[in-house]
Amino acid sequence: MSDRIFGIIGLALSIGYAWAAMNIEESFLSDAVGPKAFPLIIAAVLGLASITVILKPDPDPHWPNPVRLLEIAAAVVILLLYSMMLPVVGFVIGTALAGAYLTWRLGSKPLGSVITGATTSVGIYVIFHLILGLSLAKGPLGF
Amino acid sequence: METLSSLADGFIIALTWQNLLLALLGCFLGTIIGALPGLGPSNGVAILIPLAFSLGLGPTPALILLTSVYYGAMYGGRISSILLNIPGDEPAMMTCLDGYPMAKAGRAGEALALSGIASFIGSFFATWGLILLAPQLVKIALLFGPAEYFALFTLAFATLGGVSSTNQSKTAIATALGLGLAMVGVDTQTGVPRFTFGEVHLYDGIDFLVAIVGLFALSEVFVFLEHRHGSSDAEGRKMAIGRMMPSWAVLKSCLPTMFRTSFLGFLAGVLPGAGASLGSFISYSMEKKLVDREGTFGKGDPRGVAAPEAGNNAAAGGALVPMLALGVPGSGTTAVLLAVLLALNITPGPLLFSQKPDVVWGLIAALFIANFMLLALNIPMVGIFTRLLLVPPRILMPIVAMVSFVGIYGISGSTFDLYVMVGFGVMGWVLRKLDVPLVPVILGTLLGNAMESNMRRAITIDNGNWWTLIDSPLSASLWALAIIGFVLPMIFGKVMKARMKRMAKDEEGALTD
Repeated sequence: MSDRIFGIIGLALSIGYAWAAMNIEESFLSDAVGPKAFPLIIAAVLGLASITVILKPDPDPHWPNPVRLLEIAAAVVILLLYSMMLPVVGFVIGTALAGAYLTWRLGSKPLGSVITGATTSVGIYVIFHLILGLSLAKGPLGF
Repeated sequence: METLSSLADGFIIALTWQNLLLALLGCFLGTIIGALPGLGPSNGVAILIPLAFSLGLGPTPALILLTSVYYGAMYGGRISSILLNIPGDEPAMMTCLDGYPMAKAGRAGEALALSGIASFIGSFFATWGLILLAPQLVKIALLFGPAEYFALFTLAFATLGGVSSTNQSKTAIATALGLGLAMVGVDTQTGVPRFTFGEVHLYDGIDFLVAIVGLFALSEVFVFLEHRHGSSDAEGRKMAIGRMMPSWAVLKSCLPTMFRTSFLGFLAGVLPGAGASLGSFISYSMEKKLVDREGTFGKGDPRGVAAPEAGNNAAAGGALVPMLALGVPGSGTTAVLLAVLLALNITPGPLLFSQKPDVVWGLIAALFIANFMLLALNIPMVGIFTRLLLVPPRILMPIVAMVSFVGIYGISGSTFDLYVMVGFGVMGWVLRKLDVPLVPVILGTLLGNAMESNMRRAITIDNGNWWTLIDSPLSASLWALAIIGFVLPMIFGKVMKARMKRMAKDEEGALTD
């Protein structure tokens, strides 16, 4: 069933892709092939392969239960928030929080997570910024 | 002779303090990355590329660092196979079969040393093979025109699923996804934007580094969150290492095995669609057929440790041949190395050897140096690495995630790229659940533009005649090979996969090398 859904998504994607390719504006200066042809070939390959998957699906993978799925979704949200907040709160604070969250969800105890998060963040800051001179996001406190 | 003098020049480039230090650092990091379960050569190199890139290293030093990581990871994979019975990366799968029984019998130190020597011999011969074979391949590749290149790219994609692929349509979907992503951005030949949907950030296209780090490194974090298996540190603690050196008699009995499997592994590495995992698999099964008279394979036979390790390290070296000489990688990790080259504005292929010999030969010399360093690191200092195995994934995985963010942010300083990377991480997790290979996605994003421009150039030269793509005997035969390579696994793929599975327990959704 999962494969059938995947195939349908692939097929829809290929149709959308082909449609977007047809709508590419041609420039008056073009080579013999133009910018549309190769994307259309890709869309065709994607479409054909998706149809094959719909017709001959593999057995279902073992999907995690809803709790685990929610766990992954929460991690995604945290990582997106982290990306968004990085320029606002700065690297060290942001990374300490995100790192603490991840290690907590992977099974560390609360106090241990705070320590791991902080150590990871400061460690990366020292190695990559102070020693190697990589530019990291600066927060209001300057780090 | 000419080759030897180029090699000597290469050594002059590689033997600077900076490059030696980078090689040492790469070997050390690589061994750790290989040893830690969940991190293998491809995602290990992936998270380090943006760093090497944003640290402003020159092409040769950056390549030296990252190929040392690559070779180091191939060495390191065996450590957790032997001590924990968990392959550190997929090519090390076969090493579990005899390595773990040896460790249980109190011969862990011996198995580690022996596999270290086997790894050394495998990569040593493979590096020589690279030196001898790559320039020959370059001579052939110089005959290639755009049409032949287009056929060669098709061949690379068609065979990427490999002989053990069970579902070729999923490989095709993955390839199409990758190629499709490569099309995003302003078309280089006509200047019109494609698939940008008016989003200014997309005009430059999707940065393949963002895609690689997301697909390979972040998706691994999600896999760990899904399973939350943090117990890999339980058993290693109790394992006694035992004596560190195998006796001369044991070593001597393994030497012929190592030589045979080095050769076999190298071949597997050079051929498209094989790669290191298959190299170690064929090596093990051939040795089992050839020398296992008392039925000791699988019960802690030293030769069963030596065979897959020599095989997969030789394959790692062999895989560099098509990557450097043709610019077309045949495996996941070499695809990541190709990304390194492209990020440094170096186009691999036949012209690389004549235009940038310092890069090529400096790299090859660095491979030799790294190999000796790895032998030195891995035999006396293996104790350090075994202790690092005790770092549980719950601490390791957040570090991997955070370093990925640091690397990508360091390149562009753009939050948009970080969102895209998280998106790729989720996509990677879903695709791995559905058993869709990730390597074609990466290779597609890397090679898509080159593939398209070769096609368009070929047809434009021939005044819009599409038949020009299969006109020359060379391109026609490449197309024939591509079709055979795509169709054969449909018939034999299931059999091969089942055989590999029966011999070693398959890690669910492991990255394919």
